[in-house]
Amino acid sequence: MKRLFPAPLLSFSLWLLWLVLNLSLSPGNLLLGALLGFIAPLLMAPLRPLPVRIRRPGTIVRLILRVGVDVLVSNLQVARAVWTAKRRPPRSRFVHIPLDLRDAHGLAALSMITTVVPGTIWSELALDRSVLLLHVFDLGDEAQFIEHFKHTYERPLMEIFE
Amino acid sequence: MINANELPFWVEVLVASLLLLSSLFALSGAVGLIRLKDFFQRMHPPALASTLGAWCVALASILYFSMLKQTPVLHAWLIPVLLAITVPVTTLLLARAALFRKRMAGDQVPEEISSGRDRGN
Repeated sequence: MKRLFPAPLLSFSLWLLWLVLNLSLSPGNLLLGALLGFIAPLLMAPLRPLPVRIRRPGTIVRLILRVGVDVLVSNLQVARAVWTAKRRPPRSRFVHIPLDLRDAHGLAALSMITTVVPGTIWSELALDRSVLLLHVFDLGDEAQFIEHFKHTYERPLMEIFE
Repeated sequence: MINANELPFWVEVLVASLLLLSSLFALSGAVGLIRLKDFFQRMHPPALASTLGAWCVALASILYFSMLKQTPVLHAWLIPVLLAITVPVTTLLLARAALFRKRMAGDQVPEEISSGRDRGN
């Protein structure tokens, strides 16, 4: 079983993706989706992906909701700043954030979160994964921002992936 | 399946406002791209179109076609999900390339942190 399905979660997600894309539960589509879920991880195996271990579904749901809210707020802030940029230029700057998260998948998720939130851009990660360079669109208090970032994004990701 | 002009009024209003909202955010992103001065500042506004802009359109599509077909039509939510997975790739590449070029040109950008020693703890 483990040999046939090296990544059961990935296989299942692909199967679900196929069914949602086709909006059908017909036997043919069930079979095609299952085939996709079976073949894709085998094709990916030569890339030697790191095994991923995901825990705490409750934390995942809470993190996704939290990111959703933050995206909304950040969208409104950036949109407003764009229209008032002549009168009040945004205080953009780079921020160095010390990281405790080391897991590659966790860092990938963190980079997705920072990119999806319009106010922040993931710019550079130290080779030893200890520091992250982030560009922030409109930054008030640096220490407060770092505290918020570590508390709302990094800690849940550490709980999920480590 | 019902006819398009039999849709309830509130659905039409909701779908239209979602579409308008989405176009407003896409416009803000485009305006930001023109009006802001610095490259890194200009990287932020386009995210408006790929997040809330795309979300609103997806929501409008789900709502409209679900009401039209009288059954949940949910596959549009895959667009925001796939966008969230793929957009970071280009954004990261752009940011890294810009940092590299600006460092080569001697512009005012932070030092390379790849050694990880300067501020790590």
